[in-house]
Amino acid sequence: MPITINDTPHDLPDDPRVSLLDFLRSHAGLTGTKKGCDHGQCGACTVLVNGVRINSCLSLAVTHDGDEVTTIEGLGSPVSPSEMQQAFLRHDGFQCGYCTPGQICSATAMLKEIAAGWPSDATDDLEASPKLTGEEIRERMSGNLCRCGAYANIVAAIRDVAGENA
Amino acid sequence: MRPFDYQRAERLEHAAQLAADDDTMALAGGTNLIDLMKLQVETPQTLVDIGRLSLGEIADEGDGLRIGALASNTATAAHARVRSDYPVLARAILAGATQQLRNKATTGGNLCQRTRCYYFTNIDQPCNKREPGTGCGAIDGIAKLHAVLGTSPHCIATYPGDMAVALAALDATVEIAGDSHERSVPVREFHRLPGDTPERDNVLEAGEIITSVTLPAPVGGTQIYRKVRERSSYAFALCSVAAVIDMADNRFTRADLAFGGLAHKPWHDPRIADLLVGSEPSPALFDKAADLLLEDARGYGENDFKIPLARRTLTAVLCEATGVEA
Repeated sequence: MPITINDTPHDLPDDPRVSLLDFLRSHAGLTGTKKGCDHGQCGACTVLVNGVRINSCLSLAVTHDGDEVTTIEGLGSPVSPSEMQQAFLRHDGFQCGYCTPGQICSATAMLKEIAAGWPSDATDDLEASPKLTGEEIRERMSGNLCRCGAYANIVAAIRDVAGENA
Repeated sequence: MRPFDYQRAERLEHAAQLAADDDTMALAGGTNLIDLMKLQVETPQTLVDIGRLSLGEIADEGDGLRIGALASNTATAAHARVRSDYPVLARAILAGATQQLRNKATTGGNLCQRTRCYYFTNIDQPCNKREPGTGCGAIDGIAKLHAVLGTSPHCIATYPGDMAVALAALDATVEIAGDSHERSVPVREFHRLPGDTPERDNVLEAGEIITSVTLPAPVGGTQIYRKVRERSSYAFALCSVAAVIDMADNRFTRADLAFGGLAHKPWHDPRIADLLVGSEPSPALFDKAADLLLEDARGYGENDFKIPLARRTLTAVLCEATGVEA
């Protein structure tokens, strides 16, 4: 079975060493997903696989036959940006922009995770529905580093989208 | 990354047969293994992908709970019964890694994750765990993350995980299958001390695969996971304490404690529960418990701080659980 990326099927690579990240960038030509550390520490490579965010650098492309992958290109486009993309623009949630595709993929999935009631290390009551506090956002986004330090505006952008959906 | 053959296991027996080869490794979530393959710390000739086996279920097992080896860390931490009946486990999982990693990481893989010792992950450095007989760079080297309990002259690495520390406090059991056998190992006995074979992290034999972890019937009580680390998210434990504590008439009736970041395995010392159970909580008693825990502790320079840190972390957990002021 092929892998589906942003609704387009692609054949898997012959070399099993190819990471999902390298496959997206070099084979599928989708360079929006960025390679930062390549070790799962920075989150620049975050994509959604079957709706769930993962580090694409730590996953082999050959393991993803039949999976549906969504990258930053699949969330929105320059003419039709997603709500989260618009919020990052509105709040200036970046400086150099390198971590931004990962931040936006991560934030988009994160709001779904909160809606689904998944707890985090910042959740006071494990049995209650988590609330979208600043502390929760920072903890849940700790897998996405921003070396420019745009964190305050990233949190503002996420809160803005969450507020509109509340 | 070195070239390897990729095989997809269709059945557990098939995976176990393939994994019996010393040059074959099982791939589940891959968040640790693929990283180590990039670093050429792990160089399997064959990778058997067990990720599509039906081992992801979390289900009641009598009054207890069986967590499938392929259940993601996220699925386990978000499971309603884990949150209500085994909160120390949910807390420990959520204190580790990031959401992206927990979404991919599995129960079995988490138990088998390897040390983050800087000498182990750098193939230019000596490491008896990675390459037996080459020596230990951490002894007399950079050893801030390293063990203070149960070390050997060959290795002072720590087991890095959080989940297994909670499982040790909860006295969970690891279910293991081979090609033609099954066995159960208490999680407290699953990881090994380094001794003179630090290359072996745990008791899994070639050809054996973890199929699930079973939790005993819930015991209630106060459950705490306290993790001390250098930043407030996404960092390994310098020291952690998982505690399941119950009291009646101002005396301990249960004090199941396990410690992370201190040893080559989640550390569990049954003498601590023996000391505490039946006694009234007090700072003096907590001090005695720490004395027992740290009786044979030994620092290696950079990690000397872990000995007083473990004492303070244990005291803080016992104070929180009992309401005693330190």
